Amino acid sequence: MTLPLLSVKNLVVEFRTGEGIVRAVNNISFDIPHGKTIGIVGESGSGKSVTSLAVMGLLQKPAAVIPQGEIFFNGVDLLKCNENEMRKIRGNQISMIFQEPMTSLNPVFKVGEQIAEAIRIHKNVSNKVAWEKAVHLMNLVGIPNPSASAHKYPHEMSGGQKQRVMIAMAISCDPKLLIADEPTTALDVTIQKQVLELLHKLQQDLNMSMMFITHDLGVIGDIADDVVVMYRSNVVEQNNAQEIFTKAIHPYTKGLLACRPKLGANPRRLLTVSDFMTEEGVEKTVPVERIQIFDKESEVIKTDHVLLEIQNLVTQFPIKGGLFGRTVDHFKAVDDVSFKIKKGQTLGLVGESGCGKTTLGRSILRLVEPSAGKIIYDGKDITHVQHEELRLLRKKMQIIFQDPYSSLNPRMTIADILMEPLNIHNEGGTKAQRYEMARALLEKVGLKASLMNRYPHEFSGGQRQRICIARALMLRPEFVICDESVSALDVSIQAQVLNLLLDLQQEFGLTYVFISHDLSVVNFIADEVGVMYAGKIIEMDKASNIYKSAKTEYTRALLSAIPKGETKQSLASLV
Amino acid sequence: MTKYIIRRLLYMIPVLLGVSLIIFLLFNVVSGDPTAVLLGKNATARQMADLREQLGLNKSMFLQYIDVVKSAFTFDFGYSWATKQEISQMIKQGSYPSICLSVPAFVISTIISLFISVFVAYYRGKGIDLFVRVVCIAGMSISALAYILFFQWFFAYKLGWFEISGFEEGFPAFVPYIALPAIIWIVLSIGPDVRFFRTVILDEIYQDYVRTARSKGLSEMTILLRHVLRNAMIPIITYVVIQIPSLILGALLLENFFSIPGLGGITLNALNSSDFPVMKAMAILSSVGYIVFGLISDILYTVADPRIKFK
Repeated sequence: MTLPLLSVKNLVVEFRTGEGIVRAVNNISFDIPHGKTIGIVGESGSGKSVTSLAVMGLLQKPAAVIPQGEIFFNGVDLLKCNENEMRKIRGNQISMIFQEPMTSLNPVFKVGEQIAEAIRIHKNVSNKVAWEKAVHLMNLVGIPNPSASAHKYPHEMSGGQKQRVMIAMAISCDPKLLIADEPTTALDVTIQKQVLELLHKLQQDLNMSMMFITHDLGVIGDIADDVVVMYRSNVVEQNNAQEIFTKAIHPYTKGLLACRPKLGANPRRLLTVSDFMTEEGVEKTVPVERIQIFDKESEVIKTDHVLLEIQNLVTQFPIKGGLFGRTVDHFKAVDDVSFKIKKGQTLGLVGESGCGKTTLGRSILRLVEPSAGKIIYDGKDITHVQHEELRLLRKKMQIIFQDPYSSLNPRMTIADILMEPLNIHNEGGTKAQRYEMARALLEKVGLKASLMNRYPHEFSGGQRQRICIARALMLRPEFVICDESVSALDVSIQAQVLNLLLDLQQEFGLTYVFISHDLSVVNFIADEVGVMYAGKIIEMDKASNIYKSAKTEYTRALLSAIPKGETKQSLASLV
Repeated sequence: MTKYIIRRLLYMIPVLLGVSLIIFLLFNVVSGDPTAVLLGKNATARQMADLREQLGLNKSMFLQYIDVVKSAFTFDFGYSWATKQEISQMIKQGSYPSICLSVPAFVISTIISLFISVFVAYYRGKGIDLFVRVVCIAGMSISALAYILFFQWFFAYKLGWFEISGFEEGFPAFVPYIALPAIIWIVLSIGPDVRFFRTVILDEIYQDYVRTARSKGLSEMTILLRHVLRNAMIPIITYVVIQIPSLILGALLLENFFSIPGLGGITLNALNSSDFPVMKAMAILSSVGYIVFGLISDILYTVADPRIKFK
């Protein structure tokens, strides 16, 4: 038997923080054989990224310490290498792709130059040769017109193209090991599919080994040979990918497999990791009724009360030109959109970045002024209401944004954040009463009341999104727009938040517009689904129909882009 | 780009009109009658009326405003009340010593500060970084006057390395006169400059693209000089270029203590003798300077950062 390319043995990584030592990786071991892909799966904070940075020798010293363990790469212990030796390996024999293509490239250098730089330092070739190699690589990763594109700056490229540039950079020196840290998480599903296919193909063609890190088991279903599941700094399960997907043993793995919404048949509420195990990690039996497939049609609220009607809505942005910045043309972000939503129901809007779905949501709330068309809310035309009337309206209509990290003021406590809407609208009685309301709602969204006086940075992404939801509900709105509200969350957390939104809808009779790029999520939560493309709604149907009988090519493309990994196993067999 | 520059230059017109209005209101309306100050306590009403006539103060408010506007666009500021010299001539003469002092001092201090900043950013968190930061704070905490008095007494008087005061035209004749004030200037600016540059550079060091550069196998120094510094240039350009108009004014204190006959000295004299036309001229000149150098720094952004494009 040959030695594996990379062998991590009993690795421990600790961080020295102001509050003491935190163990981020706890005694883990795994191997990556030559020419194979290993998926490392776990939620944020499980230690998977720290492991990859330890392999690269990129942990932030002196905060991070490795008190124990060995990382053998081709028989050499990387942990015993000094900085100079590591530099010769980094980018040359082991290279890495990161999660955020938007910020991972240097904004002030041409992309060709950024690819050529790695070649120059490791291969000792002339600028010209390195540049030609860069152009060749850009062609290899499927960037159109590579010799011209090499002269572009990162901001002139789309997210998917930037990630392709990152991949070209990573494979530029023919590395033996490619580490991909959530390379598709920030991308639209269709782009995700293309990038996954590209990585898989390159891995095969160049006979590289790949370490693919993700929070979503579904993503690696098609490309990983082996899977390592990490949970709270430990490896809880590792096996051949086939085995993991068909015979998962650890309850956490089962939870991860079950929590992703499937197209079509889903239980009433998504299963979550907490259905499979307790906080302490003890396995639980999932009650049979939790996995019963729920037929949405059977429970659609029979109401004719139309809460919101949009008629031929257009929102356009001016394009400036000329000597004095006159408006020379308009860009229609929302182009002649019409729909109705009945009270208590959910309309899902799905489409890729730039299709106008966010602008549409903001136009409905009048956060952006629509240019034409009508917004009729509860029988009243609100397209042009102003001042006091608009303020009263805002009480009834709320929005939950995508990024729970940046949409909470870091200098306000949770209590202040929750009470602020009440203060603005002068609602809720005395300060003590307002505090009590905030406390009650915080518990409703599943957070302990004792956390009221903490600050946002003390919470995880999922918890922050719960706080955002609670804030949106403080004024007891009737209508809530969820703008990519679960897209930044891990799949396991996403399931919890989706369940919470459904629970709250049931309890308060809320009406939702749910905006997302992920059709499986929209399909799960919405009663009706609209597919948006280039500012228009190109297809609209009942959620239970759209995945079965998509009428447009674009919808079919969206459907086929959903990762298939998880569908190999039925829910019942997990329990 | 050309269009953008033309548009920005046209925008100068309303800005200059506004600046003239504020200067006019300050000197001609708010400040009251200057003849009382000029003629002293024992002036008769007759003398004051004559002087008003002579200075054009009995013209209508509107015509007086037009005079200010005219001077803002033609740079013809009339004559000084105190010295009776033509003001544009005075400014021309005063500029030479001021520029001899301020330009070398400014350029050298900026370069030294950038050098130190990159150095301490490389050793961030280490002893040398802490030491430099402490020295910067300590240096900033001492009054400029203390430096001037001590340096003048010690280096010029005690050791006799430099001229104590005065000025001589022509290179290299002026060097011994401006060397010591220039050194004081450099010592004074290094503290705040290094602190600012260091912060800007360290802001960049934690960006994702730096992590990418490290994962390529670049050395830390290459990353700092090639990747980080280019990105830190935008705030550095703003900080540096916007200081340039104040260089024209020279250093009020330094010029005064070292008896350098520059614009700083002219301004101080004008303040002391209520020489309104000179004060107005200096106010207009510095606003024009700020507008022009604001434009220059905007144009430099496009050189430093390809994401910025003007239409």
